[in-house]
Amino acid sequence: MATDPELLSLKLDYKRNPMLPWPFQIRRVKHETEDTFTVELEPLGALEEFTYQPGQFNMVYVFGVGEIPISISGDPAKPRMLVHTTRAVGTVTKAMDTMRRGDILGIRGPYGTPWPVEQAHGLDVVFVAGGIGLAPLRPALYEVVAHREQYGKVVLLYGTRTPSDVLFRQELENWRARFDLEIYVTVDRAMSGWRGNVGVVTNLISRAPFNPRNTMAFVCGPEIMMRFTAMELHKRGVDIEHIFVSMERNMKCAIGLCGHCQFGPFFVCKDGPVFQYGKIKDMLVKWEI
Amino acid sequence: MKTFIFERSELDRLVETLKRRGYKVIGPILRDSAIIYDELIETSELPVGWSDEQTNASYRLKYRNNAAVFGWSVGPQSWKKFLFPPIQKVFATHKSTKGLDLPNSKKQISEEPTPVQYAFLGVRPCDLSAIAIQDKVFLGGPIIDPVYERKRSGNFIITVNCGQAGGTCFCASMGTGPKAAAGFDLALTEVLNDKQHYFVAEVGTELGGDLLKNIKCFKATDENIATANEVCEKAVKQMGRSVDQSDLKTILYKNSEHPRWERTAARCLTCANCTMVCPTCFCATIEDITDLAGTQADRMRKWDSCFTIDFSYIHGGSVRASAKARYRQWMTHKLASWVDQFGTSGCVGCGRCITWCPVGIDITEEARAIRESQS
Amino acid sequence: MEDLKNILADHLFFSGFNEEYFALIVGCASNVRVDASKMILREGEDANQFYLIRSGKVSIQLMTPNKGPVIIQTLHEGDILGWSWLVPPFTWHFDAKAIELTRMIALDGKCLRAKCEEDHDLGYELLKRFADIMSKRLESTRLQLMDIYGDRS
Repeated sequence: MATDPELLSLKLDYKRNPMLPWPFQIRRVKHETEDTFTVELEPLGALEEFTYQPGQFNMVYVFGVGEIPISISGDPAKPRMLVHTTRAVGTVTKAMDTMRRGDILGIRGPYGTPWPVEQAHGLDVVFVAGGIGLAPLRPALYEVVAHREQYGKVVLLYGTRTPSDVLFRQELENWRARFDLEIYVTVDRAMSGWRGNVGVVTNLISRAPFNPRNTMAFVCGPEIMMRFTAMELHKRGVDIEHIFVSMERNMKCAIGLCGHCQFGPFFVCKDGPVFQYGKIKDMLVKWEI
Repeated sequence: MKTFIFERSELDRLVETLKRRGYKVIGPILRDSAIIYDELIETSELPVGWSDEQTNASYRLKYRNNAAVFGWSVGPQSWKKFLFPPIQKVFATHKSTKGLDLPNSKKQISEEPTPVQYAFLGVRPCDLSAIAIQDKVFLGGPIIDPVYERKRSGNFIITVNCGQAGGTCFCASMGTGPKAAAGFDLALTEVLNDKQHYFVAEVGTELGGDLLKNIKCFKATDENIATANEVCEKAVKQMGRSVDQSDLKTILYKNSEHPRWERTAARCLTCANCTMVCPTCFCATIEDITDLAGTQADRMRKWDSCFTIDFSYIHGGSVRASAKARYRQWMTHKLASWVDQFGTSGCVGCGRCITWCPVGIDITEEARAIRESQS
Repeated sequence: MEDLKNILADHLFFSGFNEEYFALIVGCASNVRVDASKMILREGEDANQFYLIRSGKVSIQLMTPNKGPVIIQTLHEGDILGWSWLVPPFTWHFDAKAIELTRMIALDGKCLRAKCEEDHDLGYELLKRFADIMSKRLESTRLQLMDIYGDRS
């Protein structure tokens, strides 16, 4: 593969054309829940590793169908495998859902601002995830767990619709089995027999074991959930400069040139997607911004 | 800056020289009842004697039957037509027999067979500023647009200062005209009276000065220069509109819920005309075009507009669904956010959005209304 | 009794409560223990007490005809269970079940209702505090209603 001259010549074009995707091959497709799946990808050709920071995203291209932004959900310490988790909700993701091992996807990236994981050294870290929001947070979780001794208390609060929507269940259970991570899962409703929490994820904040004066919070999920979560965290005493959210907007180029992802004066593709809550909190409550 | 003068007839020689040097000369021509920009095959195509009457929602050509070559104001097109083409192939991919979907590097449009070098004749000062603004957008960020870079490199720009204000112009208050300050190779001011018809030519670059060597021109006298300045002063005095830029960014940011937005939205058709004619609007979309056999897919970049309903679409709905939100986005971006993003206003005061809006919404009026009745 | 008094005194719900009223409350309090999977209260039954959860986990659930019981909230240590005792017709609007072994302090609602009728100031103090709990529950419920985790594809 690496000796294919046509693939090698691609490297020159990539320097000239930032819209050109790199081919990646699907190694595995895993269905996580009813509407969510994960693809594990390997780069083809002269590229051996794909390095990125937690919180960043790629533009994923399906031949002849389209290209969409998807957060990277894998372990940054394993750059030979690129992992994306997404819901099958639109034309491109539904097409991806039908793809199998061996199929090719085009990848452009990594783009965007990362979760400031290093800034949290010495502090407690609270991850609050809602629904699919756990996927863009997972790389940051991996990184924190890999350097566990650099952080204080580490807490994950995860809310989703029902128990059957819980993502990465096995991984959550493994993490919960450790003594140095606090994992709380809650659902909006459950059938009798569910022995976990039922209730909105913000309810978990007041009783979670972290010191609000000494905490960095990383929040990811639907915009309403992030808005209420950030407010609740702040109410408990977390500094708004220590709360980070991940925004989402329509993207076409991901390189700050097409104008689609504008959020007030910010381009979500290059000024985000991770934003410090203090910087955008006033915009979050404005309609249709 | 060195200034020269040359007779009207020498203008044709100027154009010929540019063509001989391999430039594709783009200039103003009459087509479809408007003055637009396209390749100048013959200098006789220049719209001599033509002018226009513009106001809200109206553009009419007017023949004045005089010898003025540049007696018109900007029409529906701007130079972004060439530098940032409305439809542009971004890359092509095909499925090879090996089953791999690869970008076909040999057919990449990033390599044009022979890159074209443009010479733009008749760039109004407002449009010159617009080009500088788009330079910041496409070339000023961490990732640049290679298409714009290629099309922009080697441009020869002949600006023509304005001797009369168009019906909807407000460049004076935006600080972009009617006289160009910098960014041109040559800046011409047309002087036409009973006895004379000549151009005062300000040299902007060495290349510009060099071109003048190929025609009959003389060093401009102080009187010539004063005459040229008077021509532009006339345009300033004629300008009927203005935008007060002081604190405008803060005012617009603070007034996102001003009732004016709702009122204007009720008129706005979200037709996107304003974004199409605006010389600085740069939004684009990327679309896939596949062949019937499913083996070839082209990705095309096309002009897009924040006024379209699905511009801001994300899973399940658009963030800006109402006309109010979309109009507010456009105007706030143009006059306020642009400053935070690129360091200057995004508006050059060309007036096109006022002329070409089918319901005649006037950005200067909107800005004034919000400023004067701030909540 | 002393033990109960301290537990109640420490609880946020009773902060700022007048000494005299507090003594009254303690007089109506008793310890309750519910084994795992046992029902604590049932929809439709008389609501004559409210509970302060000391340990364990309680699920608030509603019986649905086709899906069986659906859990809509879980309460934990420190939470207050039950507001129906304050509001006519004084019957429970939902079921509550102990998910695990749960210890609570039960407060005699019937007795307190009578006292509140006599002494409106006491009534106001209690209602103020319950209004706060109910508004928080309402806010949480509204967020749950909004089904914010995205549409089903």
